[in-house]
Amino acid sequence: MTFNSAPEERSAWIMLVLAAVGYPVYLALLLGGLEGRPLTEAEFAWPMLWTIGGSILASFVLHALFRVFTDLDNNTRDERDRQISRWADHTGQAFVVAGALAGLVLAMLRLDVFWIANAIYLGFFLSAVLGSIAKIIAYRRGFSATW
Amino acid sequence: MVKRAPRDGSEAASASAAKSPAKATRVTNQIRRLRFEAGEMTQAELAERIGVTRQTLIAIEQGRYSPSLETAFRIARAFNAGLDDVFQYPAESPLEEESNQ
Repeated sequence: MTFNSAPEERSAWIMLVLAAVGYPVYLALLLGGLEGRPLTEAEFAWPMLWTIGGSILASFVLHALFRVFTDLDNNTRDERDRQISRWADHTGQAFVVAGALAGLVLAMLRLDVFWIANAIYLGFFLSAVLGSIAKIIAYRRGFSATW
Repeated sequence: MVKRAPRDGSEAASASAAKSPAKATRVTNQIRRLRFEAGEMTQAELAERIGVTRQTLIAIEQGRYSPSLETAFRIARAFNAGLDDVFQYPAESPLEEESNQ
């Protein structure tokens, strides 16, 4: 990534880094609070909310910093940005659907809410990673609207 | 008004294709040459005239992105040239090339 890169590519890098850092932080908070109890008794809601909230805040700060340190032209979007964004979102959404389906199946099997929530959250995490990687590849290697 | 390129542009097209390692599209273009011939127009100038970012113009020029038809027409108009003077789509096989002639 360079300061000369497209704003959407910078955004994809930010999202990828935050996802790559955020999920391990969530797992560390989750497992750290276990204190010998079984996994399903772990307090998952607060670590999840803290991680999501922290990621949103960090994303806001990083985007603001990039806007300050790059020129205005670099912060405009054009047809290529919109096409790549749509394609990458579409690619990443496969995992959102997979996470939702996994949650649905786990609910039908009447498993603990811990597993349902974590299956959905894992889907969000994988979607963010896949979508960001797809976007970065499209900017770096090239993109055809026919994809 | 810029000098017109040969209609098929095959020689220059294959030369520009050889320069860029990653290709998302088979469409090749003469933008770099046309910019040079149009008084060494900068990428930023051309990008502003056609309403895209400089990053997108660089991607188009390097064959990493095929623009929309509207943007392709705007690029051609910026050089006062025809669409096929700017963009070329090489035939997949010699047979296809023959049938087009």
